[in-house]
Amino acid sequence: MNRVKPPFSIALILAAPGALAEMAINLPPPATGIARDIYDLHTLVLWICFGIFLVVFLPMFYALWRHRKAAGHAAAGFRDNTRLEVLWTVVPVLILIGMAWPATQLILDMKNVGDSDMTVKVTGHQWRWEYEYLDDGLRLVSNMSTPRAEIDSGRPQSAHYLLEVDRPLVVPTGSKVRLVLTATDVIHSWWVPALGVKQDAIPGFIKEAWFRVDKPGTFRGQCAELCGMGHGFMPIVVEAVTPEQFAAWKAGQMAGVATTRATAQAAIGKVFSIAELMARGEQVYNANCAVCHQSTGLGIPGAFPAMDGSAIVNGPKLAHIDRVFNGKPGTSMQAFGKLLPDQDIAAVITYERNSWHNRVAAPDNIVQPAEIAALRH
Amino acid sequence: MVTPSPYYQPPPSLWPAVGSLALLAFASGFVLFLAKAGAGPYLMLAGGLLLVVMLYGWFGMVIEESLAGKLEGQVDKSFRWGMVWFIFSEVMFFAGFFAALFYARYIAVPDLVTAQSIWPGYLGGWPTAGPGSKEAFTPMAAWGIPAVNTMILLSSGASVTWAHWGLQNGRRWQIVLGLLMTVLLGLIFLGLQAHEYLEAAFSIRTGIYGATFFMLTGFHGAHVTLGAIMLSVILGRVLAGHFTADSHFAFAAASWYWHFVDVVWLLLFTFVYCL
Amino acid sequence: MDAAAIHSGYQSHPTGPMRWLTSTNHKDIGTLYLWFSLSMFLVAGSLAMLIRAELFQPGLQLVQPGLFNQLTTMHGLLMIFGAIMPAFVGFANWQVPLMIGAPDMAFPRLNNWSFWLLPAAACLMLSSFFVPGGATSGGWTMYPPLYIQGGIAYDMTIFAIHIMGLSSILGAINIIVTILNLRTPGMKLMTMPIFVWTWLITAYLLVAVMPVLASVVTMLLTDRHFGTHFFDAAGGGDPVMFQHLFWFFGHPEVYIMILPAFGIVSTIIPTFARKPLFGYVSMVYAVASIAILSFLVWAHHMFTSGLPAGAQIFFMYSTMLIAVPTGVKVFNWVATLWRGSISFETPMLFALAMVCLFTIGGFSGLVLAMVPVDVQLQDTYYVVAHFHYVLFAGAALSIMGGIYYWLPKWTGHMYDERLGQIHFWLTAIACNITFFPMHFLGLAGMPRRIPDYAPQFADFNMMASVGGFVLGASQLLFLYTVIKCIRGGAAAGDKPWEGATTLEWTLPSPAPYHSFTTPPTLEPDNHHGHA
Repeated sequence: MNRVKPPFSIALILAAPGALAEMAINLPPPATGIARDIYDLHTLVLWICFGIFLVVFLPMFYALWRHRKAAGHAAAGFRDNTRLEVLWTVVPVLILIGMAWPATQLILDMKNVGDSDMTVKVTGHQWRWEYEYLDDGLRLVSNMSTPRAEIDSGRPQSAHYLLEVDRPLVVPTGSKVRLVLTATDVIHSWWVPALGVKQDAIPGFIKEAWFRVDKPGTFRGQCAELCGMGHGFMPIVVEAVTPEQFAAWKAGQMAGVATTRATAQAAIGKVFSIAELMARGEQVYNANCAVCHQSTGLGIPGAFPAMDGSAIVNGPKLAHIDRVFNGKPGTSMQAFGKLLPDQDIAAVITYERNSWHNRVAAPDNIVQPAEIAALRH
Repeated sequence: MVTPSPYYQPPPSLWPAVGSLALLAFASGFVLFLAKAGAGPYLMLAGGLLLVVMLYGWFGMVIEESLAGKLEGQVDKSFRWGMVWFIFSEVMFFAGFFAALFYARYIAVPDLVTAQSIWPGYLGGWPTAGPGSKEAFTPMAAWGIPAVNTMILLSSGASVTWAHWGLQNGRRWQIVLGLLMTVLLGLIFLGLQAHEYLEAAFSIRTGIYGATFFMLTGFHGAHVTLGAIMLSVILGRVLAGHFTADSHFAFAAASWYWHFVDVVWLLLFTFVYCL
Repeated sequence: MDAAAIHSGYQSHPTGPMRWLTSTNHKDIGTLYLWFSLSMFLVAGSLAMLIRAELFQPGLQLVQPGLFNQLTTMHGLLMIFGAIMPAFVGFANWQVPLMIGAPDMAFPRLNNWSFWLLPAAACLMLSSFFVPGGATSGGWTMYPPLYIQGGIAYDMTIFAIHIMGLSSILGAINIIVTILNLRTPGMKLMTMPIFVWTWLITAYLLVAVMPVLASVVTMLLTDRHFGTHFFDAAGGGDPVMFQHLFWFFGHPEVYIMILPAFGIVSTIIPTFARKPLFGYVSMVYAVASIAILSFLVWAHHMFTSGLPAGAQIFFMYSTMLIAVPTGVKVFNWVATLWRGSISFETPMLFALAMVCLFTIGGFSGLVLAMVPVDVQLQDTYYVVAHFHYVLFAGAALSIMGGIYYWLPKWTGHMYDERLGQIHFWLTAIACNITFFPMHFLGLAGMPRRIPDYAPQFADFNMMASVGGFVLGASQLLFLYTVIKCIRGGAAAGDKPWEGATTLEWTLPSPAPYHSFTTPPTLEPDNHHGHA
């Protein structure tokens, strides 16, 4: 906040983000009008608080020094002063009104989701975000891309450790982007500080928010509502690009969707070897399943069932496919049919049926993409 | 030697600790039962029985103290204040469930109707089992048994007051008859409620309507049961010659409780059955 | 029937464990409450040490995410329901009868039960760490649907809350009736000591909101096991409904944990300023208005849940309004100090630190009340900083101050002033090193309840962890100082604080087992219960 030049160095630390760039002590640099207004409102309130603090505590510390018994000060006997008491009830009310006015304006602005240029549906899952561009039907699932092993090693190395994803939400600058948010399992909260947006995603309900990014850039955030074990590991990355770049990106994505669909179609026709499925399956397992069921397949007793020796994994193929495809309502087990392509689901099921101590007898040990595709019709 | 206080100071007692143990056993048993462990129901039963023993022992002690004249004057006033605030806490317990009912009807369900992209075709309204429920159900009609039950509970409120007048005027037959009628009306009410539950065309699983209906009426029924037990004990004490026109806190407390249960029913009848 | 037989309880009381298990004496029960609170404080504090150890640096080193969530959840639940609330009830037990000149609490046996319910609840909570799946990890706020997903421990927590709720309700009724009915003749409501006033209002809050918590956790239980759909959209319920009901309890709960602290501070400051409390009447009205407003502000905990603009604006205004009576209290404290004759014994140091630091918590509360700013700060470390300034620097420091203030009356010995001062300075400084950087973390974008964080948050987290370890270790010194005072020390005399005026100081120290068996007489010109 450079508009205000504070005379006190401590105040400088409190209010100036530039002063200590390395140790961020203030809201991140705003990238939208709303975020800027919030930033200014926060600065205003902080200064008012700081002023009141001085008005109250300078006299107090003066009294503690001057009126101490050790200095021989004798106590006065007064117990009240109506004029003073009325004064310090009325003045705060006036100050509060001064603060409430800009805040109210800003609330109305933040809630005004009308006149949007595009709409993105944001769906929270345990523990990933799904984005759907409602105007073009483009859909993408965004997972954290920091490797699990790096987290467990206790030595972060990535430049954007825990704040990086495989597929960011891409939006054009200058457009009013309306978000409609929901969740499939528990409450999540979509938060990107630089955009000034934090909105809970409530399962079964639709909530709305909006933002308009001024300049291109990458903005990072995290899920802000406790959503279980993976709560700390479902970041949000928004990439704002120029409208031209956005159009190009979207065209590429649409083409990509077509290619993916074709590949998936081809995969359905193809019969994979167990080695191919196992190799892909291990990656998919570690990215999606290991948080709960652990890479050892042992799960967490009482909370998340073990895959190693599991009755479902070692039982009939269809029941296993059903559990992965449709999930288990009321638990953290997602319906992965909606989140992963057919070949990934086939691969991960094959992987589970042939890993750790699980040795399902052929031919039930292998699941091919075609078997998953069959469920979609 | 310390001068005894005019305010009665009860001697040390083990009953409270027994009560805590009973609740701990009951809660642990309930947890085990929910976790489908075999020992659960037995532990619950043990805890429940211990609780009954504790209540019998504790209240028995209080009755003896009362008969010995230790609980008069200022102590009696304490008891009265205590009961008033206890009933207030019960009111707030029901308020939580009523709040759930109003919230669901006037905020949650209309919100769900606007979420057509998740629940296509959901029309809302009340009663509703929610957008995820496909089967139709018949809600409870107000003007059958519930209306009769309203009359029954209102009459029982009158009969308990009539018994109270009997007590104030020293007409023991009137107290006995009034209490007997009250307890009887309470039992008839409970019988009709049980009948209604068995005949209901929906269950506690029938969405938010079933949940609020059964939780509200169920907790009310539990309170009627408790009130009827309290009044039965009072009846027994009247038959044993307890209470006088100017010393009958327990009688007053039980009748206040009964009136509270009455009022809750009127609210239930209005908001759960009629509207 | 002769008087001695009627009052047989006066002749003897059991010794050994039975003295404590069967006690109907407000002082014994107060002592039990305080020890229970201190042990839960140490247990929940140890959980906090584990949390700070994991957050010492980025990356997962000590604790896996599942266990981390258990630690944060149980730290919150145990501190609130096990440490802070019982500590204040302990003060009420010891002090309310002494300050109003009553022989004991109105319902001594019920008082015993209110206490002994707590260990039963604690058994359920603590043992839940050892059941399959571990302890509750859905946050102390228990939001569904996450709470619906949990294992056995979640049911244990629900029942523990039922039992603790029963304890609080019975305890609160006891306190209300004691204050309304057992005041010594001549002590009017508007002449009661201010501590008694704060507890009367707190007790009303407890009776009003603990039952609501009981009903809402009952709904959680039936949603988990009996097929109801209170919080499930598919059945027409709403997860946000839980939040409304929970915070209808939860916000008054915040004041339940701070109003008695106001009472303690308002007692200590006049004593060591040797000057009457400034603006007694406005203090009482301020506490009462805070209590009433507390029922109208609950949704400020839910500003990001998608409330309509009108609701956000209403709850923002009502929340900001609370700053007015809270401000009045702080101004009154400063005016009490003004032109006093001030000395700085340990209780006074704690009270002064509380006034300053609680005010910081109040200011951050004002910042959070502004809906647009709250949108940025909701569920971040800023909120963690805010409520630790209010609950640690506000409530816990007052509790410690109150302990030092009344220990001489309770034990008959003076505590070790030097150790008390060291404990104070360690606690006050470490508390700020621990919690102040959390404001910056929250502003910079670190969410709360995460086991691992991005490296840009590393410095302040390390600072908070170091502060946290010092803060934790300092409390062992507190434990030592308290035990030392119980076991011996300089004789306290009836009234070790020359500025103290309330009735308890007219009794010998330690206060006799039975006190005020005949109501004390007040001076005709007494002010506010001051003998």
